[in-house]
Amino acid sequence: MANLALHAINKSFGATEVLKGVDLEIEDREFIVFVGPSGCGKSTLLRIIAGLEDQTSGEVEIDGTNVSLLPPAKRGIAMVFQSYALYPHMNVERNMGFGLRQARAPLAEIKSKVAEAARILQLEPLLRRKPRELSGGQRQRVAIGRAIVRNPKVFLFDEPLSNLDAALRVQMRVEIARLHHDLNATMIYVTHDQVEAMTLADRIVVMNLGVLEQVGSPLELYHNPRNLFVAGFIGSPKMNFISCTAQAVGEQGVTVSLPGDATITVPVVPDGVSPGTPLTLGIRPEHALLGERGGDAVLSGTALVVERLGGMTDIHIGGVGDGMMVLQAIGEPDVDVDDALSISLPAERCHLFDGDGKALTKLNPWQPRAARKAAA
Amino acid sequence: MNKARRNLPTLFAAHGILLAYTLLSVFPVILIVINSLKSRRAIFGDPLGLPVGEGVFDLVGYQTVLQNADFLGYFANSLIVTLGALFFVLVAGSMAAFALAEYRFRMNTLMALYLALGIMIPIRLGTIGILELVVNLGLINTLWALILVYTAQGLPLTIFILSEFMRTVSKELKDAARVDGLSEYRIFFQLALPLVRPAVATVAVFTMIPIWNDLWFPLILAPGEETKTITLGAQQFIGQFETNWNAILAALTLAIVPVLVLYAIFSRQLVRGITSGAVKG
Repeated sequence: MANLALHAINKSFGATEVLKGVDLEIEDREFIVFVGPSGCGKSTLLRIIAGLEDQTSGEVEIDGTNVSLLPPAKRGIAMVFQSYALYPHMNVERNMGFGLRQARAPLAEIKSKVAEAARILQLEPLLRRKPRELSGGQRQRVAIGRAIVRNPKVFLFDEPLSNLDAALRVQMRVEIARLHHDLNATMIYVTHDQVEAMTLADRIVVMNLGVLEQVGSPLELYHNPRNLFVAGFIGSPKMNFISCTAQAVGEQGVTVSLPGDATITVPVVPDGVSPGTPLTLGIRPEHALLGERGGDAVLSGTALVVERLGGMTDIHIGGVGDGMMVLQAIGEPDVDVDDALSISLPAERCHLFDGDGKALTKLNPWQPRAARKAAA
Repeated sequence: MNKARRNLPTLFAAHGILLAYTLLSVFPVILIVINSLKSRRAIFGDPLGLPVGEGVFDLVGYQTVLQNADFLGYFANSLIVTLGALFFVLVAGSMAAFALAEYRFRMNTLMALYLALGIMIPIRLGTIGILELVVNLGLINTLWALILVYTAQGLPLTIFILSEFMRTVSKELKDAARVDGLSEYRIFFQLALPLVRPAVATVAVFTMIPIWNDLWFPLILAPGEETKTITLGAQQFIGQFETNWNAILAALTLAIVPVLVLYAIFSRQLVRGITSGAVKG
């Protein structure tokens, strides 16, 4: 197992720059997830790491060795593809052993490694089947088995669960998490599904337009997003953004005026903010509260759509200033469509972003569990 | 199967049309075959009659053809030229198609267009140029001249059709093979080619038949006794004053056989190739 480093990776297709100077250090045994909207370059970056695509400039280092110019098979990686990419004319056993047979490994070794992978993934009864005789989930397990058999330094996953139905996706997600735990392997995983990203990752890399917007643990990204893009991308439903103007700046933070004469003092460091600066206030749907509560800023609006999910209810609210927002309430609140509502915004849950979309640093930023324990 | 489509009148109509078309296309062939088995008098007396009865059934045509010592040689020439050209067309064509479909390089689209241009321009327009070239290369009256010309003739359509099929081979599958350490050649031969095999068979049949039947280029480039193909060889029975119809018909009948055999070899794949675009799976 090994660490991996990317140094100033650039990639252009003709005149289009897909990756713009990507730097990243990945630790041994880390589970890294690349997320971002389609076209952000996350798959291209993975393919560059794999050696399936040549970088225009920059270096890929695996285990301290520069592998930038090596072919995929010599890099010590294994890749699992979205479409499984099993060899259609080979049975499961031959599919899994194919890489080793190419490398002219001894037959006994191939056999034992395939058997071991089949045991881990419970594929033993299927070893003689052809890929077309397998279900989607089984095919993906074979694809993962093929990766395990190669015994790679780094596992690469390119949206491996996107072709599976929802129930199977949850099951395979858990299997991949267990696999990472059992194999103790370095894994890089590309997805656009943020549940997969949040649940699997040690660290998430949020990409947009060929640059890394933020790299951090899932909860760090959730609680301390560095900019508007990350704040909007991580979390579902998406964070609400409300345009506002700075009114006063003090030790308690920045006081901003909200639609409907409300004001709120958000505890952030007022870097470069003076009264009159246009800002954006962000509040997650699950942090906004229904009804008026003392001490919080209160907005008003009208319920447009009420989506009852059982444990949660998402309320889409219109007429908040000139925009709309989403509020997620626990349980089954007594709200009907077209009801007039009050929404309370707890100040410590709010985020403020400056004119460039950069987040203002919080006075009490969120700390990882270990750090909080150590402090207490 | 869709039940609604299988009602009786539609079934009859469809089979009626297909049957009529089959009769229409097979009729000349049957005419050749039955008349090749008849005496000269019977051919002219009753061209549509079956070859049965005293004075009607006669194998004289086959005797003439098979006693002509050169005839087997013509046969061999035709086979060598057809199979040789087929081999080069399929190897070069499928590799070019793979490259056009798989690799990004400058002028890829332009190259594909250029290679497909040959479909629209009949190669016979260039006969004089080709003749000059073949003479200068010293290949006149050799089978190589025919093989090379037919290879050139077959390539455009082959590349055009196969590059479309090569595009359907999953990109991730090729990437998986690269990760497993296969060279580009082995990806082509072990993954891409087997997956487009039905298309290759289709192209093989479409390439093979015009080559086997061609009279033009053998007549111009290789009319020598040693290099005559069967279609050219059969012409020797057409004289200025008298034509040996028995022999011609027998020769043509024999010439059908190898094509039928090759077709039978490819046909199982062919049906899959023709329907693979339309039918799922």
